[in-house]
Amino acid sequence: MKHRRKITIVASVCLIVFLAASSFVLHRTDQLRPQGTLDEVLFLNSPKVIQRASLGYDGLMACIYWTRAVQYFGNRHHDFAPSFNLLAPLLEITTHLDPHLIVAYEFGSSFLAPKPPHGAGQPERAIQLMEYGIQNNPDNWRLYYDLGFVYYMELKDYKDAAQAFERGSHVPNAHPFLKIFAAQMAQHAGEFQTARMLWTATYQTTQDEQIKQNAVDHLRALRVDEDVTHLQDAVTRFGERTGRLPTSMSELTAAEGLTGVPVDPDGHPYKLTPEGRIELRTPDDFPFATVGFPPGYKPKFHAMP
Amino acid sequence: MNTRIAYIASNTFREAVRDRVLYNLIAFALLLSGAAILVGQISIEIEKLVVINLGLTAVSLFGVVIAIFIGIGLVSKEIDKRTLYTVLSRPVRRWEFIIGKFCGLAGTLVVNAFFMAVGVFAALFYVSHKFVRADALILVALYFIVLEFLIVCSVALLFSSFSSPLLSAVFTFSLFVIGSFAEDLRNFAGMAHGVSRWLATGAAYLVPNFSAFNVITSIAHEQPVAAQLILQNTLYALFYAAMALSGAILIFEHRNLK
Repeated sequence: MKHRRKITIVASVCLIVFLAASSFVLHRTDQLRPQGTLDEVLFLNSPKVIQRASLGYDGLMACIYWTRAVQYFGNRHHDFAPSFNLLAPLLEITTHLDPHLIVAYEFGSSFLAPKPPHGAGQPERAIQLMEYGIQNNPDNWRLYYDLGFVYYMELKDYKDAAQAFERGSHVPNAHPFLKIFAAQMAQHAGEFQTARMLWTATYQTTQDEQIKQNAVDHLRALRVDEDVTHLQDAVTRFGERTGRLPTSMSELTAAEGLTGVPVDPDGHPYKLTPEGRIELRTPDDFPFATVGFPPGYKPKFHAMP
Repeated sequence: MNTRIAYIASNTFREAVRDRVLYNLIAFALLLSGAAILVGQISIEIEKLVVINLGLTAVSLFGVVIAIFIGIGLVSKEIDKRTLYTVLSRPVRRWEFIIGKFCGLAGTLVVNAFFMAVGVFAALFYVSHKFVRADALILVALYFIVLEFLIVCSVALLFSSFSSPLLSAVFTFSLFVIGSFAEDLRNFAGMAHGVSRWLATGAAYLVPNFSAFNVITSIAHEQPVAAQLILQNTLYALFYAAMALSGAILIFEHRNLK
């Protein structure tokens, strides 16, 4: 009995020690090898083959591929990767396996469409994905909205955006704002107000906290874009009037008849540089803003698109 | 039910429990609870979908594997251990033995599926914090999975009645895979001409068609299942299982056990 107990203890200790040792060696080996050779390979890239191989359990397979797509995008995004070659195939496989997985279309298009570093910079693939989604879920008005959104925001194709919103407005139980957007595209496309309406609608109609936060970030960035554009115009006007640049923000605001110093959405005053540029004091807080950054500025982190 | 069949069935069930078949429930519970917690962290908005898809797929696959690996040994093991001779020396007919074995295995799988279903609903409650009316549809998917088990059990028993356990496992698993592609087989038959068309059509109807039983994906999206499909799947499973059991009885009745 005593002998048996001794063997049990020794074997248990050996098991733990050797498991730890093998894990340690594997960890060291991983550090030696160049990373990422497997990342960019999709061994099975035919949705039909994968569907057949899933033996009818395609719903579970779709969830697995969707998780892979999210992980792939998240990792590449986090690593500041310049390309997202596998994202579109992963999303296509996911939606082919489960054509009713709405979340894959909604998030997928927002991963694919924006320009790097915020997305894959493939708005055409995003449009293909959305059209496939609409084909399989014609009664889901959000897909038409997202399609119009990609046309509007990424391609500045206001005609097709209007058409997508118009198509969506005919879907039963579609949100009434689709009709308004369709009309807005014809008259006020490209204006800050229209973009603000779209992001506000996104914020109001989604239940997802990440999409809500994303909409808030874009609305904040829109306000910065609008403020900086207006202030920059004011600097130009000041220069034309006086033949010199304003020396301070208070001189500029006084000349423009503005009350107080203009501030960004966080309450920080905008900065006027000696060269006459309007800049943000905390540019990292506005990852989606397109103006107001110092020359050569590189963002410290990426926000989700 | 015939008392002798009931005895054989209950013994088969007890034997399966003694063989620690229900231990798979532990693996299932770990898989499901792990997935429910992990997916929320590594994916977006599919927690409920994963619990339903993974839960029902696991119920189906675990059950099919158990059906195959127990079903293939139901007859041959009794012959190898020579316990069959003891059974058949009593007033038990060969067909009663086959039916009893089938009922015992089917019962084991139903009990197994029941506990897994409880696990699926528990995991669902964990991720959703409530049940909605559409969740009742999961019961339909579970019912279809049980019907699938009946077919696989009967097929395993059919092969077990004349073949070795290894070959029976290969045959049954192959038939399960082919049955998952039955729709394709029928499409191929539609494209063929002449005799090959007849042969392909015959093969398509001969192999079990599992594709109609798989409603997991649509149920995960809360799409209802037509009552007509429930009725027809029930009839199909009963007819097919009865056909395979008849074949097993036919072979076993004429098998020389000396």
